[in-house]
Amino acid sequence: MTELTKMKLAEARDALRKGHVTSVELTEACLKAIEGADALGAFVHKTPEIALEQAKAADARIKAGDAPAMCGLPIGVKDLFCTKGVPSQAASAILEGFTPEYESTVTSQLFGAGAVMLGKLNMDEFAMGSSNENTCYGPAVNPWKRTGDDTQLTPGGSSGGSASAVAADLCLAATGTDTGGSIRQPAAFTGITGIKPTYGRCSRWGIVAYASSLDQAGPMTKDVRDAAIMLQAMCGHDPKDSTSADLPVPDFEAMLTGDIRGKTIGIPKEYRVDGMPEEISKLWDEGAKMLADAGAKIVEISLPHTKYALPAYYVIAPAEASSNLARYDGVRYGHRAKLAQGEGINDMYEKTRAEGFGLEVQRRIMVGTYVLSAGFYDAYYNRARKVRTLIKKDFEDAFAAGVDAILAPATPSSAFGIGEMKTADPVQMYLQDVFTVTLNLAGLPGVAVPTGLDSRGLPLGLQLIGRPWEEGDLLNTAYALEQAAGFVAKPAKWW
Amino acid sequence: MSIDIQTAARVAKLARIRVEDEALPALAQEFSNILDFIEQLNEVDVEGVEPMVSVTPMRLKRRADGVTDGNMQDKILANAPDAREGFFAVPKVVE
Repeated sequence: MTELTKMKLAEARDALRKGHVTSVELTEACLKAIEGADALGAFVHKTPEIALEQAKAADARIKAGDAPAMCGLPIGVKDLFCTKGVPSQAASAILEGFTPEYESTVTSQLFGAGAVMLGKLNMDEFAMGSSNENTCYGPAVNPWKRTGDDTQLTPGGSSGGSASAVAADLCLAATGTDTGGSIRQPAAFTGITGIKPTYGRCSRWGIVAYASSLDQAGPMTKDVRDAAIMLQAMCGHDPKDSTSADLPVPDFEAMLTGDIRGKTIGIPKEYRVDGMPEEISKLWDEGAKMLADAGAKIVEISLPHTKYALPAYYVIAPAEASSNLARYDGVRYGHRAKLAQGEGINDMYEKTRAEGFGLEVQRRIMVGTYVLSAGFYDAYYNRARKVRTLIKKDFEDAFAAGVDAILAPATPSSAFGIGEMKTADPVQMYLQDVFTVTLNLAGLPGVAVPTGLDSRGLPLGLQLIGRPWEEGDLLNTAYALEQAAGFVAKPAKWW
Repeated sequence: MSIDIQTAARVAKLARIRVEDEALPALAQEFSNILDFIEQLNEVDVEGVEPMVSVTPMRLKRRADGVTDGNMQDKILANAPDAREGFFAVPKVVE
């Protein structure tokens, strides 16, 4: 039997049901791995008591023959999800001490399906970032290192803690969220699988909001099958989120046949951006060849407005963030600044928000405030929303022409060093999202699959983009790609 | 487009974030860089295009306009930095 923490969800599920292992054993093994992995900065609030209690309950359910999909499987939860009685602070000092009185719908569904929570995972503050360096906890660290180089690398972001924890086998899987690439980019940086489902698949209720029209939760797992299992447990209609889709959730795992004969895969020519590293370009070509060898038809397609996705995103997301984050005012929860004699309520708001929000969050709130302010609303915000319509139409046209899925790189590079982008202009960091952000704007599902290592020994991933609500078909294509790529590399343990 | 220090200060005020005077020039420069990046949107012909309202075509669900929860004052106040006698407490706002 595989070492317990290295197990995949499917493998552990089957072993649990056969009685080869108990959830308590699995959970204890993960808790031990977490204890020895503080150097990764992945788990920021550990919940061993809750985990063991849930594990015991899961073992009892399994024994009674009532074992739902995730029964007894230990996972980590991104700090963006509100978890009842457990600190949930979106990696922000402004939510210091906040312990929700309620449970997010997604975690509630996972627990209902028997999952065991090991703790909360590091992330970029309010999910704003691509390196997990914007965090009140200190950066999360990538378990991977370049060959013969001791530099600490970022696991990507914003779901960097989730990516690091799954890649380092601290948990079997983790929840993530994705507003502009925050599941797929870290998955690619750490050699794991991550899917952002169609907007509306997962309830956003109880997930700290960043940009409500773009945010979606999704699983980060060790392979595509696990992504199918966990996604199914996470999604479904929720009356508490008016944008959650009232559609049946298919059995995603049952759709993994690996048969993609006759499928049409689009290669968007606009994604071949200037200065694309040779390795990324090669990886992409190889991925296309793998899908062709599996029987898919490869066609070049055009998504003409691709170039405008990032600038549109950096209007729409900050605009929504400036509204959403107005709630952090030092009145109802979290941090409140100490006031000097004679200071009033506006001083309280301004000081609280200056002390509580990190610099990138402040920057995005203020950019959002600016683009929504009188005189600029039409020039920036409305224009960005019109461009968003055009970006979505690009995809609709491609799908209408018969494309089943689109293949693209997940990231413009492999993982970079912690601190390497510190002196760079914020826009340089924003470019990390160049391949991922388009489908958030279009509401489409996308999955990142590890397909190779670069010359420095770091994982690289490809991304598949699917039709709305067809995550099952998309995961099956990803499964075929995974089978062909045969990526099995793991980081060498140094932590 | 270049953002001057006064504009940066005004935006910070609107956003209710205290920014010290010495931090304003750098902030204004960052805003300018971000806005330069955003200005690319001006190249797109958006004539006759509807601004997106909802990314997935859906009719928002309606429900009966009735009380569905409540009576949880203690839970609502549980995380407040300052709660007294069943209320959120804030500095004096009326003279």
